[in-house]
Amino acid sequence: MKKVIKQVAAIGAAGALLAAGVAFSQAKVSDGIVKIGVLTDLSGLYSDLAGPGSVLAAQMAIDDFRAETKGGAPFKIEIVSADHLNKGDIAANRAREWFERDNVDMIADLVTTSTALAVMPIAQKLGKITIVSGAASTLITNEQCTENNVHWTYDTYALANGTGRAVVKQGGDSWYFLTADYAFGHSLEKDTGAVVQASGGKVLGAVRHPFPGTDFSSFLLKAQASGAKVIGLANAGTDTTNSIRQASEFGITPKQQLAGLLMFVSDVHSLGPKVAGGMYLTETFYWDLNEQTRAWSKRFFDKQKRMPTMVHAGVYSGVLHYLRSVAATGTDDAKAVMGRMRATPVNDFFAPGARIREDGRLIKDAYLFQVKTPAESKGPWDLYHLRQTIPADQAWQPLADSRCALVTKKK
Amino acid sequence: MAELLGITPQALFGQLLVGLINGSFYAILSLGLAIIFGLLNIINFTHGAQYMMGAFIAWIGFYKLGEWVGNPDLVVNYWWSLLLAPLAVGAFGILIEKTLLKRLYHLDHLYGLLLTFGIALICEGLFRTWFGISGLRYDVPAQLTGGQNLGFMFMPNYRAWVVVASLAVCFVTWFVIERTKLGSYLRAGTENPRLLQAFGINVPLMITLTYGYGVALAAFAGVLAAPIFQVNPLMGSNLIIVVFAVVVIGGMGSIAGAIVTGVGLGLIEGVVKSGVIATVIDKATSGSPIVAQAIYPVKLLFQPEASAVIIFVVMVIVLLVRPAGLFGREK
Repeated sequence: MKKVIKQVAAIGAAGALLAAGVAFSQAKVSDGIVKIGVLTDLSGLYSDLAGPGSVLAAQMAIDDFRAETKGGAPFKIEIVSADHLNKGDIAANRAREWFERDNVDMIADLVTTSTALAVMPIAQKLGKITIVSGAASTLITNEQCTENNVHWTYDTYALANGTGRAVVKQGGDSWYFLTADYAFGHSLEKDTGAVVQASGGKVLGAVRHPFPGTDFSSFLLKAQASGAKVIGLANAGTDTTNSIRQASEFGITPKQQLAGLLMFVSDVHSLGPKVAGGMYLTETFYWDLNEQTRAWSKRFFDKQKRMPTMVHAGVYSGVLHYLRSVAATGTDDAKAVMGRMRATPVNDFFAPGARIREDGRLIKDAYLFQVKTPAESKGPWDLYHLRQTIPADQAWQPLADSRCALVTKKK
Repeated sequence: MAELLGITPQALFGQLLVGLINGSFYAILSLGLAIIFGLLNIINFTHGAQYMMGAFIAWIGFYKLGEWVGNPDLVVNYWWSLLLAPLAVGAFGILIEKTLLKRLYHLDHLYGLLLTFGIALICEGLFRTWFGISGLRYDVPAQLTGGQNLGFMFMPNYRAWVVVASLAVCFVTWFVIERTKLGSYLRAGTENPRLLQAFGINVPLMITLTYGYGVALAAFAGVLAAPIFQVNPLMGSNLIIVVFAVVVIGGMGSIAGAIVTGVGLGLIEGVVKSGVIATVIDKATSGSPIVAQAIYPVKLLFQPEASAVIIFVVMVIVLLVRPAGLFGREK
């Protein structure tokens, strides 16, 4: 009964927001233009997994939205992009400039947690929207959560949860961590360690390496000496790819198993199946999942000459959902648009039927993949076996554990 | 013994061996820098980018060149790359020296540093645009795959080859510069180029070729590195700062200093990464919490995560005691 009341209340609230949206539609879109800013890493470490591909994905969302409305939307859409160099202060300055001077309405991508955390409060203060796709930390929907933000694509909890649980289940019940020595690595190690222990496994220890590193053989030898069945790689990007290569070089794999805790299809592609084959990893998107993902990814590939990562697909999905919400409410007012975005399920190939939770977390399915071996892989991007679909209600941090003020306030 | 160290002697030996491998990389890279600084007075910040280009040329030769020239059977294998990549990158270096660097010799070091730093950024940017950032895979040559089980660790054959190859090249370079007639001209050129020119030696040509050789050494190290690290546009900038520290510690411009310091720092780094010293400090101070607390900041420096810092700590100490570096001469 209580649940029903809650649902009725939710529908009522959504209705009220819709009504508010209609009321605002009198005001229309400010200056007749909806301006989307893609703030990402265009030149550094993450420019393959986000970067120019994210700009392309946002542009594709705009094109598809135009095709959908047959040019009938009563506003123009513009896109701007900039490089934040993975630095929080640069991201914050650029966001301020975009919001205050250039009338940007929404900022998408924000790869690297520090940049997302720098821009989110500015958007909140100025009444603008952020849709985070590239950043990983669960801080974004917990301590640092804001009303005007959605964390669209993935987070460290979902990855640790998916990979950690699956690997323990396969018999990998003793772990040793190779951890990048900064906030992100520590939180990934902590999240995964908790999942491993909850699933009945043991954590034997961890070694922390400077970030960024180049040679990991010393650390790998320590991990080898620990005798753990699984070496968990709580690092990212080239640190991860170099660790995996060097583990295979020193004969550590396949005697001990590696678990990549934050890996993108771009990393696996760069390593190739010969080195990465057999590894488990969790992502929320892979180009070869179904007809729709293949069709979209092919369009992406034709322009970018690389297959899209989950970050790219997430940017597309977020921008499209945003534009549809602007069209439905007839305004670019952040509160009205965000209300509409939260009230309606997402409808695209990336997150069909997914909803945005109170803390700003998009709740969609995640997938456990295993990397194909050279014999199984039929092309340079034919890389994953789908081993398990982790249903939306199990993939993410439960709302009961939330540390987000928007959630705890209500309790 | 094992009890005291918190690690078996075998495991420690394994860590030292890994340190030696890394040290030989540092040695060959810092050697090139030291030669260029010693003879040209140029701080070559492009060194990291030239190392990266060496690796990329090896990769292109193996995987792409045949496709580009329309003859898929054409493959430049690893061994040819070891020769050809340094030549190609060395030629690129000579072009830079002839057109740009030589205009800066009479100016302050800072101008050369800025120019070479700019060129490094341009090169890295171009390779990033062409090849992306994720890195490319270069397989270990068939002759060197596999490894030896040494009892205390598994030694990949390729890593053993890297140590042998780079130390051999370092030795030959040192021998030529310090022990042959050609080397004596080079050294005389650094002391007093005008006087040497008066004796009929073509000093500008000598300087150009020296720069080319220093750059070629970087490219050679790049080819050696290609099968170990992902071939990546930023692979050089990750390493170059450490290599600069090695040159400063060894003494700017000192050939032997660069080699010895490179290997030595690799070993020190290996010991720190193994965490042995931190464990020993722990054990030694376990009886008295006050001493343990007092010594805590020192202990932090010897934990594995500080392995990137330890080289700079050594640098600070060396510069305080011997401002010209371990093997440098004060002018």
